[in-house]
Amino acid sequence: MDAFKTIESEIKELKQFPEFKAGDTVNVSYKIKEGEKERVQQFQGVVLQRRSNGVNETFTVRKISNGVGVERIFPLSSPFLEEIKILKRGKVRRARLFYLREKSGKAARIKEDYRKKEEKAEA
Amino acid sequence: MQGLIGKKLGMTSVYNADGRNIPCTVIEAGPCVVTQIKTSDKEGYDAIQIAYDDKKEKHSNACELGHFKKAKTTPKRKVIEVRDFDGEEKNLGDLLTAEMFEEGEWVDVVGTTKGKGFQGVVKRHGFAGVGGQTHGQHNRQRKPGSIGACSTPSRVFKGMRMGGRTGNDRVKVANLRVLKVLADKNLIVVKGSVPGHKGAYVIIEK
Repeated sequence: MDAFKTIESEIKELKQFPEFKAGDTVNVSYKIKEGEKERVQQFQGVVLQRRSNGVNETFTVRKISNGVGVERIFPLSSPFLEEIKILKRGKVRRARLFYLREKSGKAARIKEDYRKKEEKAEA
Repeated sequence: MQGLIGKKLGMTSVYNADGRNIPCTVIEAGPCVVTQIKTSDKEGYDAIQIAYDDKKEKHSNACELGHFKKAKTTPKRKVIEVRDFDGEEKNLGDLLTAEMFEEGEWVDVVGTTKGKGFQGVVKRHGFAGVGGQTHGQHNRQRKPGSIGACSTPSRVFKGMRMGGRTGNDRVKVANLRVLKVLADKNLIVVKGSVPGHKGAYVIIEK
């Protein structure tokens, strides 16, 4: 269904965001409508996975809020998505980090990928 | 009425002005060729015949070849008739394209639903089944139950809903909103679902 993918990309717009992957710590700015008013909400956490592809791609961000794990799924093509800021590059060995749900505290840390951090600084 | 033959390409979603994610179906609509014009003088009713989707000459018989040659076009796979066609007068060989649709207008889509094979009454007619699984029940969870009384009338009434072949029916879905028209690619995007599998022929009416 490659032909269909190109059609999809024509009827749905995809904004450009910096490259990120599972394990990275990101800050997502997301527009929220409250009645008439519109404001931008921040959601900061670890990316657990990127799912699907093309205009249908989504990513899951997990954070611990008041001791409770909170996960949010953002569609990459959502018009409400304003900005994705990468705060930390994580060094992980798999594409989907669901094991983080069972870990807490020190066990749920992710090593930082310093190599990537320097690359980013050079660029 | 106006109509066009198309092909269901698949489903996806688009964001509307409010930012809501709307499920939609992409349909390749046309281009269709007018292959015959029926008039009340000659055939007893007014209609135009339109054809869609090229096929090879070796897959057509002589009658088809002659019929399409009259309209100066190649043989087509799908031919339908549209009664009392609105709009300007059409001539043999005229092209009908997706340009006849506008964003925001309502259309009806006719298609053939996916065949499901032999299905029981729960799937076919929406029976509720027996409900529980306990209190001595076994082997009757999805059974239809009683199909009639005993010695009066001592027969089963006609039209009693039972299991049988399901799907593969011609179905018209009324009032689907046209979300997008990509006339240069012969594509239209309608809100919601449309009967049939991907690649199935559909008729778009308005």
